[in-house]
Amino acid sequence: MTPVVSLATLWFVLIAVLWTGYFFLEGFDFGVGILTPFLARDDLDRRMCINTIGPTWDANEVWLLVAGGATFAAFPVWYATMFSGFYLALFLLLFGLIIRGVSLEYRGKEHAAAWRAWWDRALFVGSLIPALLWGVAFTDLVHGLQIGSGFHYTGGFFGLLQPVALVGGVAGLALFSLHGAVFLSLKTSGELAGRARAAARLLVVPTAVLVTALVLWAGLDGRGGPVPHRIPATIPWTLGAVAVVAVGVGGIGLWRERDGWTFAATGSAIVALTAAAFTSLFPRVMVSTATGRSLTVWNASSAHETLLVMSVVAAIFTPLVLAYQAWSYWVFRGRITRPPVPDLHS
Amino acid sequence: MITMLDRWQFAVTTVYHFLFVPVSIGLALLVAVMQTLAYRRKDEEWDALARFFGKLFVINFALGIATGIVQEFQFGMNWSNYSVFVGNIFGAPLAIEGLLAFFMESTFLGLWLFGRGRLSARLHLATIWLVSIGTILSALFILAANAWMQHPVGYKVVGNRAELTDFWALLANSTLWAEFSHTFLAAITTGGMVVLGVSAWKLLRRHETAAFARAARLAAAVSLVAVIGVMVTGDLQARLMDEQQPMKMAAAEALYDTQSGASFSILTVGNLSGNPIFQVRVPHLLSLIADMSWNGSVSGIHQIQAHEAATYGPASYVPVIWLSYWSFRLMIGFGVVILAVAIWALVLARRKRLDRSRWFLWASLLAIGAPFLANTFGWIFTEAGRQPWVVNGLMRTDQAISPTVGAGSVALTLAGFTVLYTVLGVIEVMLMSRYARHPLHEDEADSSGSASTPALVY
Ligand code: HDD
Ligand code: HEM
Ligand code: HEM
Repeated sequence: MTPVVSLATLWFVLIAVLWTGYFFLEGFDFGVGILTPFLARDDLDRRMCINTIGPTWDANEVWLLVAGGATFAAFPVWYATMFSGFYLALFLLLFGLIIRGVSLEYRGKEHAAAWRAWWDRALFVGSLIPALLWGVAFTDLVHGLQIGSGFHYTGGFFGLLQPVALVGGVAGLALFSLHGAVFLSLKTSGELAGRARAAARLLVVPTAVLVTALVLWAGLDGRGGPVPHRIPATIPWTLGAVAVVAVGVGGIGLWRERDGWTFAATGSAIVALTAAAFTSLFPRVMVSTATGRSLTVWNASSAHETLLVMSVVAAIFTPLVLAYQAWSYWVFRGRITRPPVPDLHS
Repeated sequence: MITMLDRWQFAVTTVYHFLFVPVSIGLALLVAVMQTLAYRRKDEEWDALARFFGKLFVINFALGIATGIVQEFQFGMNWSNYSVFVGNIFGAPLAIEGLLAFFMESTFLGLWLFGRGRLSARLHLATIWLVSIGTILSALFILAANAWMQHPVGYKVVGNRAELTDFWALLANSTLWAEFSHTFLAAITTGGMVVLGVSAWKLLRRHETAAFARAARLAAAVSLVAVIGVMVTGDLQARLMDEQQPMKMAAAEALYDTQSGASFSILTVGNLSGNPIFQVRVPHLLSLIADMSWNGSVSGIHQIQAHEAATYGPASYVPVIWLSYWSFRLMIGFGVVILAVAIWALVLARRKRLDRSRWFLWASLLAIGAPFLANTFGWIFTEAGRQPWVVNGLMRTDQAISPTVGAGSVALTLAGFTVLYTVLGVIEVMLMSRYARHPLHEDEADSSGSASTPALVY
């Protein structure tokens, strides 16, 4: 067993950061996709909603691709067990991500109402599926799955749908929707922003309840047996509590109409919840319901040379990527307003 | 059975992904060139062309992205044993591709699409170049992973996995640079032929003939240079292949017994078992291709099989011969078609008749299909010719699958992807051909956002 402080541990942290960034950024993309049909009154409204994420959604999705690639490289066994184990769930997820991505790019390319209506449906479904499934998947990882010998997952598709994971899925869906509503209230203006705020107010209490339920259930009913070097339970508990409080703070922000901090609050809730999941996992990456079969940072990781190369590359390029991605958000800052002239294209 | 399903799924999703990939790589570069010409010369017409082909580029890119996600996931989903075995080596270029290339492509594509009017003209031009560089970097890194499967270097096998010993060896792999230059030039050829074909369509319909004649000339020149490059690098690859994967070369020629001064058959009627009914052969050509010498010796299938069986244990190491034989010829054949069209264009351009010869314009329109077919057959040849190995000499394809994923699941997702991809393919072709009919100066209002009211691009 390698020491606790090692390149493998570093990559555990980096992968956690990638997932956190992914959930923060795509969280509001999913929310926007889910809420657009409810908030938009006409085609122009819908286009305004979609334009809030138009320039950046793909770069947000790349956080997932890099998290996946980094997992493949740094923890091949984790990548193999998780992706083959979640087989049908991932197929559904891919289906969602595909139709979502295509709908974002294709909806505006034709003016016919029926064309746009179909892509609106695709955007809704394609955002709903991943928003729901990520919560299920992560709760499963933390809560424990049937992992047999050779680190193979043996529970089948229905083994993924344990009750606590379903709560995780719905909590994730609620949180992403709330985050998206707040993002829309921050990035649009006029009546549309007002409706987004109203939707957020409607969502905030159920979200708080669901997140609390998830934190309590997953936290109290943790499985997998004792493992050396686990992070003291107080830390994930605290992070879980922070997530709940952050949703509450978001609620206050909503009533005060402070869109900026409300967004910071829902974002913090996502960050804290993801961090809670990863701190309760460590040093495991997939918890097995059978003792001694969990995948860990040690038994799932690549050898030194690979981790070293990846660390050097990440050290050089991550700051660069963060800088230009931040710059792109800066370029597209500001609220989207309804064009004063009648829209010729709807 | 299950290996077959897994292979079919991989082949379907990957071939499909690679229909869009070369168009993205090729068009990104061509649009960047057009926009540069517009910027340098303050030329309205190049600007309009850059926008026009930019739209086609974006329609295509959307499916490139959508199908790329599947590529990244399916190694773990369908090939988990493979993933465990190669992760140390194969994962690194994949992760680096994401960090270096995908972030770059996607961020700057967003900036390019929405940035007109918000960024200075120079900065806006820079964004499309960065998109283009991103697509090329992405090709480089993914091919580093693929080249390693063809010709493993810089590793040692420890227990049930291959571990990286030398990352530079991975990047300096001779197979990588041959494969990258061939694939990159093939992508440029594809972009060129798409621009040429679409311009030909416009010229046939006498739409904005001045502008599209320019686009056609640029595209024809690019295609000509690129396709010659493809052939040169292809020959280079063949020589490497003879050294590194002799079985693939022998299968490509259905050469059963080692021969010196081997001839090359252009086509065969009858079966490929060694007793053809009719064949057209070019003397000494195979020896030339494989060995660069008139009387070079080219190994035959029987001899290589005996040698591999002695090395790796008794089993068949022969890929499906007809598939290798015909995919290789079809790739080259479509390459020759492209070359012919490009040379024809050159001749017409010198007589200043490129935009008026209706025969030529129809031929260019029809030839749009040629690069797609050549690309597809090229990959089928490369990948199928390596069988039964998934990693040459190290892991067989039937050892690579996910042991816990049942045939039913694979069949279900195979059917699902096939249906979804077919529907999306039909939509894309429809959209592309409708857009190709749009006039040059359209939708100007859409992209004219200002800082306070961002453009509604979608
Ligand atoms: C020679 C080039 C090449 C090859 C062999 C492949 N790709 Fe690809 N891929 C690209 C060249 C490319 C590209 C040009 O960069 C794309 C195509 C269009 C696009 O949007 O970017 C892309 C997109 C793309 C995306 C979406 C990126 C985004 O969201 O921006 C992913 C995740 C992958 N690819 C992954 C793969 C994997 C895992 C492959 C191996 C089987 C693969 N690609 C083969
Ligand atoms: C985009 C271009 C590519 C195309 C069109 C392509 C095509 C194919 C095809 C047709 C097969 C099936 C061969 C057979 O079963 O007879 C295959 C197999 C395979 N390829 Fe590729 N390939 C491409 C790139 C890659 C790359 C870049 C990688 C790795 C990074 C890769 C990894 C594999 C693997 C793991 C298999 C094994 C599955 C199998 O044998 O079917 N391929 N590919
Ligand atoms: C005289 C013409 C050509 C020759 C001699 C040639 C040769 C080759 C060879 C030997 C390979 C297999 C490499 C390997 O398995 O290691 C290959 C693959 C390939 N070819 Fe060609 N080729 C030619 C034309 C073309 C054309 C015109 C295109 C497309 C426009 C094309 C696209 C591809 C692609 C995409 C691959 C798979 C990727 C790779 O292995 O590089 N080829 N070619």
